[in-house]
Formats: sequence, C-alpha cells, structure tokens
Amino acid sequence: MSATADEIGAPGLVGRKVTAKGRWLRAVVRRPSGAVGAALVAVVAVAGAVGPEVVARDPLAVDGPSLASPSWTYPMGTDALGRDLLSGVLHGLRTSVLVALAVALAVIAIGMVVGMVAGYRTGRVDDIAMRATEFVQVIPRFFLAIVVVALFGAGIDRLVIVLGLTSWPLLARVIRAEVLSLREREFVDAARADGASSARIIVRELLPNVMPSTVVTVGLIAAQVMLIEASLSFLGLGDPNVISLGYLASQGQQLLRVAWWASIFPGLAIVVAVLGLNLLGDGITDALGGRR
Amino acid sequence: MTRRYVLWRLVQLVPTCAGILLIGFLLVHAAPGDPVLALAGDSGDAAYYDRIRERFGLDEPFLSQLATYAGNVVRGDLGTSYTRGLPALEVVWARLPATLLLTTTALIVSTIVGIAVGVAAAARPHGMRDAVIGATSLGLYAAPAFLAGQLAILVFALRLGWFPVQGMTSARSSATGFGHLVDLAHHLVLPVLVLAAQEIAAVARLTRAGLLDELGRDHITTARAKGASEARVLIRHALRRALLPVVTVIGGRVGHLVAGTIVVEAVFSWPGLGGLLVSSVQARDTPIVLGLFLIIALTVVIANLLTDLTYAWLDPRVRYR
Repeated sequence: MSATADEIGAPGLVGRKVTAKGRWLRAVVRRPSGAVGAALVAVVAVAGAVGPEVVARDPLAVDGPSLASPSWTYPMGTDALGRDLLSGVLHGLRTSVLVALAVALAVIAIGMVVGMVAGYRTGRVDDIAMRATEFVQVIPRFFLAIVVVALFGAGIDRLVIVLGLTSWPLLARVIRAEVLSLREREFVDAARADGASSARIIVRELLPNVMPSTVVTVGLIAAQVMLIEASLSFLGLGDPNVISLGYLASQGQQLLRVAWWASIFPGLAIVVAVLGLNLLGDGITDALGGRR
Repeated sequence: MTRRYVLWRLVQLVPTCAGILLIGFLLVHAAPGDPVLALAGDSGDAAYYDRIRERFGLDEPFLSQLATYAGNVVRGDLGTSYTRGLPALEVVWARLPATLLLTTTALIVSTIVGIAVGVAAAARPHGMRDAVIGATSLGLYAAPAFLAGQLAILVFALRLGWFPVQGMTSARSSATGFGHLVDLAHHLVLPVLVLAAQEIAAVARLTRAGLLDELGRDHITTARAKGASEARVLIRHALRRALLPVVTVIGGRVGHLVAGTIVVEAVFSWPGLGGLLVSSVQARDTPIVLGLFLIIALTVVIANLLTDLTYAWLDPRVRYR
C-alpha cells in the first residue's frame, strides 16, 4: 500500500519559504478541499476522542432487538446479537485513530531524521540513507505485519511497531527533496554566514519550511495505516482485545443479505477518516501553490 | 538501454533479497519459544523436532543457521507445512493460479480503464465530467477494499442479481470447456472490478495530471496550430509523455494490489492465496506464512525492477543519471 511521491505530488511544495505561521492554515481552510478535509478530520478526531463516552453504550452488551435497522435509538442499527453498532463504530474509530497517531509519531521521528540528514549532509551519508530508504520501501508491510501476527500473536502494540518501522520512507524522501533545494537558498546562506551551526540551521531554518509537506505526507501515511489496520482486522488478524472497524465489517459480512448496515457503516467510518486526511492534504498542497 | 544500467540494477537485487530473507529469519528467531516450534508446530513429536532441527541446522551457531536457511530458500525449500504435511512451496503453488488470475486481470483492466478515464477527464479539465471523475476517484481512493466489495455484492449480486455473490465457479455447475470458462468469467467480474477500482482511481488521477502538464507545452501548441484535431493532439502528442509517471505508479502499486487481492478474496470467498494465508496464520503454520511473505516480497522487488527498466527504456535521461 505505497503511494509514491509522484502520485501525491508532495515534492511540488519544494522551496517555498513559509513566513507567517498561521497564514497558510487560513489559506488551507479557505479552499473547498481543505475546508471539507479539515471538517472530516475534526469529526473523526472528536468522535474517536470522546465519542465512546458520549454515546456511553457498551458496544459488547446485548442492548436491543437483534438486527434492528437504523433508527433514532440505534442510528446505525444493531447486529445479530442486538449490540449497538454506533457504539461499536465509535470504539473502532478510536482504535483506528490511536494506531494511526502512534504510527505517525514513529514515522515523523524516523522519516524526519533520515530525510533531514540525507538532504543536508549529501554525499556518502545521503547514499547510505537513501539505500536504506529504498530497501524499506520495497518491503510489503501488509504481509510483514501478517508474519508478525503469525509469529507473535495479534496485538495493537506489535502492529504499531511493524507499521512504524516500515512506513517512513515516503516522508524521508519528501523531506530530503525539500532540504536539497532549501539548503541552496539565500536565507540558509545568510544563516550560515551568520555563523549558525548545522544543528541551528536545521532546527531554525529548515524545519519550519518542511512542516507543510510533512503534515501532508504524514496525513497520507496515517490514512494508509488506517486502511491496513482495518484490512488486517477484517481478515481476523487484528487485536482480539479491542474493537476495530475491520472486525465489525467482517462480522457484518455474513449478514449482508439481511442487515446491510452491519457492514456498511463500519466501512463508511474509515472512508470518512481517509477521505478527510486526503482532502486536507490536497488543500494544504493547493494553498501552498504546489502542483497536484 | 545501456547494458551497464541493467547490470547495475540487477546487482542491486542481491542486497535487497538478502535483507528480506534476513528479516524473515530474525523474526522467526525473535518469536517467543523455540524456533523449532515455529517451524514444526506443536505436534509434540520429538523425532520430527529432531529432523527439523537437523534440516534447519538449529543446533549450530547463529550464522551457520542463517546460511542453512538461506541455502534452503534459494533452492526453493520453504519448509514443510505441518498442517498439511506437504512442502510449503507445493501448497502455495496449488493456490497460486486462482490469485494470479484475479490479480493480473485486475492489473490489466485497471491500466486500460484508468488511462482511458484519465484521458476523458483531461479532455475538458474542470468540466462536469472531470469533476464527477475526480470526486469518484477520491471516494474510491478512500474506500477499504472490503467496503467496495460488500457494496458491489449488495448492489450487483443481491439487488440486481447480475453476478454471483461469491466463489470462483458455481457449486452445482458441471459444465466443462467453454461453459466452464463462461461460468468462471461470470464469477470473476465483481472481484476484478472491486480490486481494479482503486487502481483505476490512482492511474486516472495520474494520467490526468500528466496530460494537463503536457498540454501546456510548446509542441502541443505547434500540433494545434498545424490543425491537428483535439483528439489527435491528446492521444498522439500528449499521451505518450504523460504516461511516463503512470508506468512508475503501476509497478509501485503491485504490492498494494496483492494486499488488496487478499482482502477481496476474503469478501468473495475466492479460493486463492488469501484463504490459505489467513488459515495458516490462525494455525500458526509458519512455513506457509513466511514462504508467502518471501514470495510476495520477491514479486514486489521484481515488479519494481521491471518498472525501473521500462522507465529507463522510455526515458533515456534516467540511464545516464
């Protein structure tokens, strides 16, 4: 499940000095894709953060009639055992968001360091870093995750570790490309002439300028991670101790003939999350004048 | 294509494949418990454990174990599936055709349809058709394969009754020859469409972007000035170069496509590698799971190699970089 940099056009952001911090955020929200994307992401974030507490129904408790179609009491209907699906979807969304957040943090930590160092130091360091990046990029992470489940058992923790260790190459490449072009710019020269150390240049000059494309790329990676997590639990290879959207959708699969809602709503929740992240990414890219 | 470039790319394969092999080996050793259990299952048969120990050299030092393992894999010996009592490779081989049929058909369909849709969108950018195509691609892009599959079953199989709900052939059908092929094709339509849908979105998006980029160039203006029809300009003059990035994305998405196949197979009960993989994970049949991982990783590596070589062949600048 790898999107190439070409595909998303993230390198189109290369070399755009960001001056005022809040300005690009406002420019993003003014675009339709950015506004819709931000709204969807906000909905998913809020639903994942407080949704389970607001609805406060045990997703595993037998609560109502079995296979009730969507209604005011059960907005997403109930499953074969009469469990409330809305509550299940909210808990599943929380799992999705948590996995995506944890993987995103790992991706930022690894991808940013590799990309910065490769772009800034060039030469041999760059060569080694890029070989490593290319290698990790060809590892099919979906199947590596399955191998880990087979050997170590299913669990959120190992899923996060596997996906975190294998999802950073795209970010590293995007950041490296940006740094390669930024390091030749006047403001970096000026800082260097001022006697700034490499560390200072990286943190004060380069870091703020790679932020927008980092946000875009990490958003895309988070979306892929959500799809991978959902697919694994759909196959029955997810953590058995948490509710996942993929698991709910697979439970609904057998009920497709009689209760479409049992599988469609969990699937749609993922669409909302992934679509939001992708649209927001498009909006940011657009607002910064990058090509799509 | 220069021979040096091809040779250099082939040499690069060696560390990549070695690295993938090493990951599999290290994971088996890092797994809790005796690696012999991971390789032989908990049958409790001491004599069998000894045989496996010997075959994989598990009593030897770490490095010579690695060498034995690598030697076995290179010779095509992925171990023995203990749930089936057959060589892992043989088990995989038996299930491969069904998956290959699904994946390659989807790859071909998505390439052709994706390019066609991209051209249709670029023909009148920002028009109604472009907007509809754009919105649909975004939606398909965000949909997990199982949702797309379930929606397809709901609409085209259950509501409209056009296609069968699942399986590869009709259970009661005894048709042979041509009748069998028709039955197979009938079952193939929905899974292929679902699997291809996301790839179509990706290819179309990229074709459109490439075409719009290309349409602004001087040689297009020249072609138009010489009176070439808009269709001719689009297909003959712009598409050729616009397809360059599409080649990369098709190769790069093979891994994604294979992962999607596993999920789609589960949705449609397609008797391919997906079912084998899932049941092997649940039975902790490590030789099968690890073997499939190695085979799929190798497929992705080779797909990437072919992509790079095709790209270099189409765009001479790459070779001399």
